[in-house]
Amino acid sequence: MSHFITPSIMRLVLPVLYAVVIVAVLPLLAGYIVLMERKVMADMQARLGPMRVGPHGLLQPIADAVKLLLKEDIIPEKADRLLFWLAPLVSVTMALLAYAALPIGPAFQIADLNIGLLFILAVSSLGIYGIVLGGWASNSHYSLLGALRSAAQLVSYETAAGLGLISALLLAGSLSMRDIVIAQYDQGMWFIFYVPIGFFIYMVGSIAETNRAPFDLPEAESELVAGYMTEYSGFRWSLYFLAEYANMIIVAGIATTLFLGGWLRPFASFHDHLPGTPIELLDALPSLLVLGVAAYCFFLAPKQPVKIQKLVMALVGGLCLAIAGILAGSLFASPAVLQGVHGAFWFMAKVFAYLYCFLWFRFTFPRYRFDQLMRLGWRFLIPLALVNLITMATALLISREWGWSLRITSILAIVVTLAVAMWLAKNDQVDSAVPVAEGE
Amino acid sequence: MVLNSILFYFFAALAVGSAILMVTRRNVVHGAVYLITTLLATAGVFLLLQAEFLFIVQVILYVGGIMVLFIFVIMLVNLDISLLQYQFNRQRFVAAVLALALGAQIFLAIKMGQKSLFPQASVPEILPKNTEAVADALFGHFMLPFEIASILLLVAMIGAVVMAKRRV
Repeated sequence: MSHFITPSIMRLVLPVLYAVVIVAVLPLLAGYIVLMERKVMADMQARLGPMRVGPHGLLQPIADAVKLLLKEDIIPEKADRLLFWLAPLVSVTMALLAYAALPIGPAFQIADLNIGLLFILAVSSLGIYGIVLGGWASNSHYSLLGALRSAAQLVSYETAAGLGLISALLLAGSLSMRDIVIAQYDQGMWFIFYVPIGFFIYMVGSIAETNRAPFDLPEAESELVAGYMTEYSGFRWSLYFLAEYANMIIVAGIATTLFLGGWLRPFASFHDHLPGTPIELLDALPSLLVLGVAAYCFFLAPKQPVKIQKLVMALVGGLCLAIAGILAGSLFASPAVLQGVHGAFWFMAKVFAYLYCFLWFRFTFPRYRFDQLMRLGWRFLIPLALVNLITMATALLISREWGWSLRITSILAIVVTLAVAMWLAKNDQVDSAVPVAEGE
Repeated sequence: MVLNSILFYFFAALAVGSAILMVTRRNVVHGAVYLITTLLATAGVFLLLQAEFLFIVQVILYVGGIMVLFIFVIMLVNLDISLLQYQFNRQRFVAAVLALALGAQIFLAIKMGQKSLFPQASVPEILPKNTEAVADALFGHFMLPFEIASILLLVAMIGAVVMAKRRV
């Protein structure tokens, strides 16, 4: 049997397996991000959030999914049927396709393309067609306005976000997602510390690209009902929803890979073995963390009001225990297994930290007005991104030509960029204080 | 290599078929969607030739950028009026001559080229990384033409902004 499994077949089988896993797990993950969103929102507003379905609402996403699938599917009479049918599919396909190049840990990557980053950016920017065509095909004013806003917003902020990414690419010197992470390991520093302003620009741009608050104008409910999704219901609507959350994970994954060290653990370049063992202290951290979560679940389980909820809570605790066991067990396995398992853990931890920031912003900032959004994008973020790119390139050149430490030159670059940012912000205030009298 | 050829014919048929559909649709948005399909199929041909940088540039620039703006503009146009307008130019004679010329050219190209439907591999398995190769060509050998072209584009852009502003 084993002689059938040659390396060349493994090269084909493993990516297919990964793809199946991602497609299968992603809807579940999206559902739980929605739950996380509702819980975080509830926490920030001093409420409890969903509590009824399962302990602490842990089964709410499953109930929501069943509800969405059973809802009536309506196609408006005057809609363009073909495009109405096609649009959500485009959205969700493009969102899923982008995962092909995303490295979730050194072992868990479907394909390591040497244009990986460009591929992810290109494919996820095609998702806009789902929104635009869906909005147009609905044959409704709200949908069309939502779609138009979305297209304008995406085109404006893609530029800024892309320029923010390039500042990190300069340091990595490669477009392959894997090589970018390895470059951060070799240089002993996550790129966020070299180009924090690039990270900031990308973060703002990525919020706008995924149509999240405070830039959720395409679906601003107070003005446009639900924007481009107004006429969609049931399963089609849930496809848009899935695409939105899949895109959030993608932008979080890009930011993690480029700025936050990808699958690397904190202080990945330092090696401090525990006395007498090959285990490093920081590698033990994940299993201890998950063990703590498991213990908390077991502590909460008897306190649940209903018997079934006690059971589910204990099950969740058991699941955490199993994950902690895997994480701890891989400490004693070969380095490749250790890197693979812990890489996936750190990658997901960073992705969720980034997503938490998304939720945090959503419940902190009020929604922008459309002209404010455009002003911010074109008159602040894009010039800032350009200046950041130029200063960072100069810093890199100086450190290469004159042998200065990149840590010093990058700080100088940051200072210069911040000065320009303050000047830009000051100018912008002066401009917006005066009522616009165009063309006089 | 047969697989490569099959993929090529698939992409080629997709590109030509959706190009024909694009021209014949009465609905402009449908036409735009078929144009997107054509561009994506062409990108697929680039990928078959192992020009992955060209592939991704085609997708990012044409499909992800220019076509979004196209659709953006089309959606602002009142389609009900444009549906009533005559769709084709009355220049059939000129078009026929041009089509004949182009057809003859393609025929010659096929006749002079390889006879087989499934040609042997002409692309080496491993090419130098073409992102770097393109960058070397643009910023090294063709620096001056590249910069001139970009200044030309900048001038065109500024011109468009100036003309779009109502009174300056």
